[in-house]
Amino acid sequence: MTTSTTPGETGSVTPGSAATAPADAPLDVAALRADFAILTRTVRDEKPLVYLDSGATSQRPRQVLDAERKFLETANAAVHRGAHQLAEEATDAYEDARAAIAAFVGVDVGEVVFTKNATEGVNLVAYAMSNATTAGPEMERFTLGKGDEVVITEMEHHANLVPWQQLCQRTGATLRWFGVTADGRLDLSNIDELITERTKLVAFTHQSNVLGTINPVRQIVTKAREVGALTLLDACQSVPHGPVNFHELGVDFAVFSGHKMLGPSGIGVLYGRRELLEAMPPFLTGGSMIELVKMEQTTFAPPPQRFEAGVPMTSQAVGLGAAVRYLNSIGIDNIAKHEHELTRAAVAGLSAIDGVRIIGPGIEADGDVHDRGGAVSFVVDGVHPHDVSQVLDSLGIAVRVGHHCAWPLHRALGIPSTVRASFYLYNQLSDVDALVAGVREARRFFGVSEDDAGGAGNGQAGG
Amino acid sequence: MQLESMYQDIILDHYKNPHGRGLRDPYDGESFQVNPTCGDEITLRVHVDGDTITDVSYDGQGCSISQASASVLNDLVVGNTVEQAMATMNAFVELMQGRGTVEPDEEVLDDGVAFAGVAKYPARVKCALLGWMALKAALASAGVAGAAQGVEVQ
Repeated sequence: MTTSTTPGETGSVTPGSAATAPADAPLDVAALRADFAILTRTVRDEKPLVYLDSGATSQRPRQVLDAERKFLETANAAVHRGAHQLAEEATDAYEDARAAIAAFVGVDVGEVVFTKNATEGVNLVAYAMSNATTAGPEMERFTLGKGDEVVITEMEHHANLVPWQQLCQRTGATLRWFGVTADGRLDLSNIDELITERTKLVAFTHQSNVLGTINPVRQIVTKAREVGALTLLDACQSVPHGPVNFHELGVDFAVFSGHKMLGPSGIGVLYGRRELLEAMPPFLTGGSMIELVKMEQTTFAPPPQRFEAGVPMTSQAVGLGAAVRYLNSIGIDNIAKHEHELTRAAVAGLSAIDGVRIIGPGIEADGDVHDRGGAVSFVVDGVHPHDVSQVLDSLGIAVRVGHHCAWPLHRALGIPSTVRASFYLYNQLSDVDALVAGVREARRFFGVSEDDAGGAGNGQAGG
Repeated sequence: MQLESMYQDIILDHYKNPHGRGLRDPYDGESFQVNPTCGDEITLRVHVDGDTITDVSYDGQGCSISQASASVLNDLVVGNTVEQAMATMNAFVELMQGRGTVEPDEEVLDDGVAFAGVAKYPARVKCALLGWMALKAALASAGVAGAAQGVEVQ
């Protein structure tokens, strides 16, 4: 992990608590919360904010905000162009961030492409494959056409579904998908029928943003390799919350977003195995991504620049680098353990309420949760998710409600929408307690709790 | 408490005992509307005799606000002329888009005034308007003159 402090870098990113925290120490949540000013505000009639929507976007610590500001106040310039001192410093800060992020996910620095978000990362690969389809035979490994297949899963976020669906429609290829079992796991029973010699690419999520399910990446990658298919991993919900090493996982591509891991919005990452990035045609073309331009012909820069056309988002990259350093200083393993405790408490606490059903893996026979992350979705019989979330909101508790950009998953599970609580390092057990109490209050308010007669209705029209 | 200002008893009563729910024949126009942010949906049919809306039937799934709003819509529209229904819709939309600043006219909106509290929650305004969007589209698909006029409910 680089700790260089070139001009324009943030300098110290020591979080409030963790500078002296040994490995395996429980997080000093109270101390690190001091780094997140937003967590001290109140909402809805002076209720303390209980932020349980980090799966949608995380809050940013002061160290990330300071890093962006310091960069902009001391070193801002367009990167990879210009020879003045600011241009040098800005380029160094941008590339230092790339190095920090690459190390964080166990890949080489040249394998990290900055995109504006994870969605763009998926589209970059999808459109590169489109472009390959109209290129010469040397692009054959990326081309798609009639008879070829792309395999995804029914638990994908729309961002890892719609681009492939559209790519298949453009190219005549066929989209196929894994189903989901009743307990919220990927149904891999037909893996041999789904991933075949016809498969060109398998795109799937590391951790479901709805179910919390962590998928068996190696099993899928092994099968894909057997048939020569490429793999793309949606790591948006995994990279922020636990140790992830893309080289060890063996995936060909992976995407994740900055704003879900304490970083700025407007920046995401595409990882591509070096050899693939070197062979793949570009998606966006223009400045920065070229080697030699003539009026008749252009040759392209090597990756990652080949995939970063135009002046990139620089302070955002610096901010994401600072976020990674912040996570490192606390220890991603410590964060994972902490979130595991919160998840277990939330799943257990919610499951204990009559009429509440966890949508995703629940408490297992040993009393713990396994192979699942901190996205905890649920439904409350007789109270529509929107109404549950409104009651929680009135208590200062911010959760996500709806289909969470995974509409086909909800359709497959036969539920229109869910309430989702999601956790991060700054959450504490008292947040889980507030959530559980809030859900009980929602049942009381809407009259579906047996210990209340004055409630509102049976919610017959609810989902 | 803020929660009570949104969930007026009138709204909860309509939610619990919706008026005119269920799809019926005959009908002259039908519309399916969905709120893409939450997946709530409604199918709504209108039956028109001359200038008069003789039935509004609907089915769907959604939160208390969207379902109660459709029930209130049924009360406000059935038996009235298309012109009256459009005027009522405009008044309801104005109320919902007013961020809590519009004083509703009970003469026009009857139980619909209970949604004044919902107007303070921008995320829920779409819920309240889902059925009305469907009414407007269903009247248009029935070829009713004047249905295309009126304010935009999107």
